[in-house]
Amino acid sequence: MRTPDLIRFARGAATGNPLRTSLLVLAMAIGVAAVVVLTALGDGARRYVVNEFSSIGSNLVIVLPGRSQTGGFNPGNAVTSTPRDLTIDDAQALLRAKAVHRAAPLAVGTSEISFAGKLREVMVVGTTAEFIDVRRLALAQGRFLPVGDWRRGVSEAVIGAKIRDEIFGRESALGQLVRVGDRRFRIVGVLASSGQGLGMNTDELVIVPVALAQAMFNSNTLFRILVEANGREAIEPAKAQVTEIIKQRHDGEEDVTIITQDAVLATFDRLLGTMTLAVAGIAAISLAVAGILVMNVMLVSVAQRTAEIGLLKALGATGATIRNAFLTEAAMLSVAGALLGFVLGQAGAALIRQLYPVYPAFPPDWAVLAALGTALVTGVLFGVLPASQAARLDPVQSLSRR
Amino acid sequence: MAAALIELAGIERIFQLGDSAVHALRCLQLSIAAGEYVAVMGPSGSGKSTLLNLLGLLDRPNAGTYHLEGRDVTTLSAEEQARVRSERIGFVFQSFHLVPRLTAAENIALPMILAGIAPAQRTQRVVQTLRDYGLENRADHRPDQLSGGQRQRVAIARATIMQPAVILADEPTGNLDRATGEEVMRLLEALNGHGVTLIVVTHDQALGARARRQLLMEDGALEHDSASPAGGKDANDANDACALPT
Repeated sequence: MRTPDLIRFARGAATGNPLRTSLLVLAMAIGVAAVVVLTALGDGARRYVVNEFSSIGSNLVIVLPGRSQTGGFNPGNAVTSTPRDLTIDDAQALLRAKAVHRAAPLAVGTSEISFAGKLREVMVVGTTAEFIDVRRLALAQGRFLPVGDWRRGVSEAVIGAKIRDEIFGRESALGQLVRVGDRRFRIVGVLASSGQGLGMNTDELVIVPVALAQAMFNSNTLFRILVEANGREAIEPAKAQVTEIIKQRHDGEEDVTIITQDAVLATFDRLLGTMTLAVAGIAAISLAVAGILVMNVMLVSVAQRTAEIGLLKALGATGATIRNAFLTEAAMLSVAGALLGFVLGQAGAALIRQLYPVYPAFPPDWAVLAALGTALVTGVLFGVLPASQAARLDPVQSLSRR
Repeated sequence: MAAALIELAGIERIFQLGDSAVHALRCLQLSIAAGEYVAVMGPSGSGKSTLLNLLGLLDRPNAGTYHLEGRDVTTLSAEEQARVRSERIGFVFQSFHLVPRLTAAENIALPMILAGIAPAQRTQRVVQTLRDYGLENRADHRPDQLSGGQRQRVAIARATIMQPAVILADEPTGNLDRATGEEVMRLLEALNGHGVTLIVVTHDQALGARARRQLLMEDGALEHDSASPAGGKDANDANDACALPT
């Protein structure tokens, strides 16, 4: 039997019983659509988290004072129990590293901001002009801290959106003089509202030059140094170079902890990727169920078409021809179901994206391919038993049944 | 009878029903020449249909040999037997056995589709056959849109489309009224007139009488053969020679 004839014959047999065929296609379609939609949800969650993390600034390397004790007992720690502080000079020295694009020192403390009789406790961040670029923050009004000598600083401050609302209300904040702690600052900018990131709410910050913040808190240490690498592939070199520079400056002791945003991201990526896989696995069960349904329906079909099978044998069809015809039919139904399910699944994912625009619910390519492949394989696999049963039918007995 | 089309020797067919073995055919000797018109008659359960199935290679004997056109077909594999059925044997059934979802033309083309004949040649032969059987304006009708006589004509057209050497008809007029039955028989006899061997199984005495040779079966054995009045006796003699398995 020629292949086009085989396909036409199987198509005729499938469309000959529309109810049976449409139920089967629907079952297969639901299985595939479930995989597509659920993986779209899972992968959407992954993308969402990755995007959120990327929004705090990509290619970020963060330097913390003190060695995190994860490597077990270290004799060095026993001798020098107090780690050296990070200083502005350390931060400036990091700019020498080739892989480093920008760096921003960070000194943090709490203080009070007061204006026109209103008082509020705030978190004060001392930093430099580079901070806004490293952290990828946006300004709502005015400008950020001026570029200049890190060890000096003009008495200018940038405030978060929430502080602006609470202290100034409807008044214009720009150009106003406020008191922070025991110093007076002129407001030069207001940050755009952005929310949580890296453990502090930028809406409730007061940002001042790092030298003034250190003076205010009477210390010369830094809370963090934020380093931006030249690119994604420069993150590892930047990490190594930063370690090397700090080690040189700290008498050969590696007394800082360096985290890359990439490592955090990778962890989340892996975690949510695994979750997506698990969800896909659960959804695949529905495909197996659909496969069993294919077998069931095909078995019924063989029983219903016994006389036809007997006739085909009498007309010279071999067992192989009969088997191929039934397998082709099972495969065609599976393909139709898989395609319909693919369309349904994509439509479902599109609907989710429509309803929740921030949620990037795109099914991953591997999931779509796996779903289509599984649908086909189960369809054909579960079609083998009915097909070989049809091929084995005794023509004499099949013909005598009406 | 040197160039016999069909040569059966010592054919046994035993069905196992529960614990008892039923001899559907016992020690059958039969020779049919090419171009013969043979009617197989006998009461129900006499083994007529079993004989027809055996001749059509739908069934295998438990013992004995079957030579079709000089070739031993009992030892062929299932695939080879299917090939022989496809090319040398045409079936006509009492209940027509048309595929309900296919049109008349598609039903007629079915054996050629199964044999893998190219579509162009198929169409040509189907058109010719439809014209020969007066079915031109029924080509696109499905079986349920055809009368009984038309259905049997489609079935006969299907049986002959591969130009077989022998046509096996099992009660071809059993589901038809007298007039259409007559028409169908004339069609089959016309085919026989063109040299196709025709073997008809029937209950109907009048129908059987039309054949040039009558075989009367009883209890799985050949009771009477009109071609050799002693034939039945011969068979009975041979019966003793047969080594019965039971």
